[in-house]
Amino acid sequence: MDSRHFHHALKISEQLCMGCSHCMSVCPTEAIRIRGGKAILYENRCVDCGECFKACPVDAIYIDQDDFNRIHDFKYRIALVPAVFIGQFPESVSRDQIYHALISCGFTHIAEVELGTEVLLRHMHEYAEKHTDKKPLISSFCPAILRLIQVKFPSLVGNIMLLKPPLDITALYCRKKLTEEGFNPAEVGVFYITPCAAKIAAIKSPVGEDYSIITGVINMDFIYNKVKKRLASDKETGSMQIPNPDLPGSAMRWTLTNGEAELMQGRSLAIDEIHNVIEFLEKVENEEITDIDFLELRACDQSCAGGVLNSANRFLVAERLLNKDFNEGGGQKDGIHAYSEYLDRRISIQEIKPRSMMKLDEDMAEAMKKMDRATQIMQLLPLTDCGACGAPNCQAFANDIVQGEANIRQCIFIQKSREHSGELTSEDSLGILKGIWGNDKF
Amino acid sequence: MHFEYQVDGGNFSNAGVASSQFKKILKQLNVDPGLIKRIVVALYEAEVNIVAHAYRGIIKIDVNIDKVRIALIDEGPGIPDISKAMEAGFSTASPKVREMGFGAGMGLQNIRNNVDQLDIESVVGKGTKVEFEVNLG
Repeated sequence: MDSRHFHHALKISEQLCMGCSHCMSVCPTEAIRIRGGKAILYENRCVDCGECFKACPVDAIYIDQDDFNRIHDFKYRIALVPAVFIGQFPESVSRDQIYHALISCGFTHIAEVELGTEVLLRHMHEYAEKHTDKKPLISSFCPAILRLIQVKFPSLVGNIMLLKPPLDITALYCRKKLTEEGFNPAEVGVFYITPCAAKIAAIKSPVGEDYSIITGVINMDFIYNKVKKRLASDKETGSMQIPNPDLPGSAMRWTLTNGEAELMQGRSLAIDEIHNVIEFLEKVENEEITDIDFLELRACDQSCAGGVLNSANRFLVAERLLNKDFNEGGGQKDGIHAYSEYLDRRISIQEIKPRSMMKLDEDMAEAMKKMDRATQIMQLLPLTDCGACGAPNCQAFANDIVQGEANIRQCIFIQKSREHSGELTSEDSLGILKGIWGNDKF
Repeated sequence: MHFEYQVDGGNFSNAGVASSQFKKILKQLNVDPGLIKRIVVALYEAEVNIVAHAYRGIIKIDVNIDKVRIALIDEGPGIPDISKAMEAGFSTASPKVREMGFGAGMGLQNIRNNVDQLDIESVVGKGTKVEFEVNLG
């Protein structure tokens, strides 16, 4: 698959971007550069983790969502609601109130994403028993982590559990159930309320699957505002009975840190926040860390409670999901259990292929030549990682030069030296800086 | 291409730094991920051996289009009986080293399992040279 065709949910608004380079500094995969006073994205490096979104001071980075009004293209509209959505609200707002408000926003059915976790957990246990040769097994839950492993840790792709995430399992179940109840499948739209960008990207270009069964994605902050408004208007929001009893507590906690690891057998570890994950995977890749059976890896601090589309503070979101007296015992098992066999047959995903972003060239001999050149260039650079060239650090800049994406004269230290020696006029030097940072900054 | 890394004996907090740096180079050269893993695992084991047993050492790496050749040369106590040292589970690591999670006696085994050619030369009281190759073809 050509990496250029990967969908990214994170977009940069050229109009709003002021080229401050905050996003470039925080990007864990060095996917951002500054050109003409605007941030630009190297799409094949981006893993949709959302760090840039959090860092942007002017909201120029936005998350592309489907048009909410599109839900009305369907006669039946299922909202797939993640547990963290409940966590956006204080304890005083009940789950039923939230769901009623969602229905009044225009949905006809509500399903909780974590409904599928029980079926998945059984498969995760079976998978772990079957694949004792692959240690550690890595959860396929977080789509930003899957992409991170593909681009930065290609030798670990074989450790990823080839199982669908809960969202897909729940979506399959909902569709099947409604079809069996006599609904016309063409009239059913399944809309996922997402707490992060990576989930959108995963739905638009799934890793390990040919297509997604989710019709559309709605950003959680958008729907939060809608629901909040309805709750505030304090109207009785219709008489529709919410059919779903509470999910078991373990399902409600699934998307929080340790939500999976605590349910796995053997030595299991949960790591959240993308830099922590990168640090740990470096050691796993070298086999410096061994004898771990299962790794739960999440790109966001506090896992999905820290997703960039959460409106509430991530610690409070986690608190509500952890402390609420969510049903520890039964929960809504019966419904989905009747479909176990159907879901069992569809739970696998295809092999995940590496797509390394690190390589300097497809051809090794060519890559060696480029590396030699980059090493020579590094000897000329100041190694201050100042970012004035429009690249996040000197090494990334040197690599950009050998790839033909940048010119060494973009380095401000080189410019000053060449101005001093008369090789470069001050007009040229200013012109180069304008090319990087835009005319309006001078 | 040639690369060199210095390794300090006894500095366990830095053990693995050379391996990680060289791993990044292999990724940039678009070496097959499976081969990278074999090379880096062997290199890490050998690097830790210097840290755990020797006073200091140097890692010299030559990368060619068809193979990676790595030599780890240390100044240290040397290995009196190389064939015994190659046995699984045999270790002369001190209890202190074992407490840190190193010295399980699987190091040389693990190197041998991951490389295409392995040579070990050692002079007791002087030092050890571990050389190995991984074919890239």
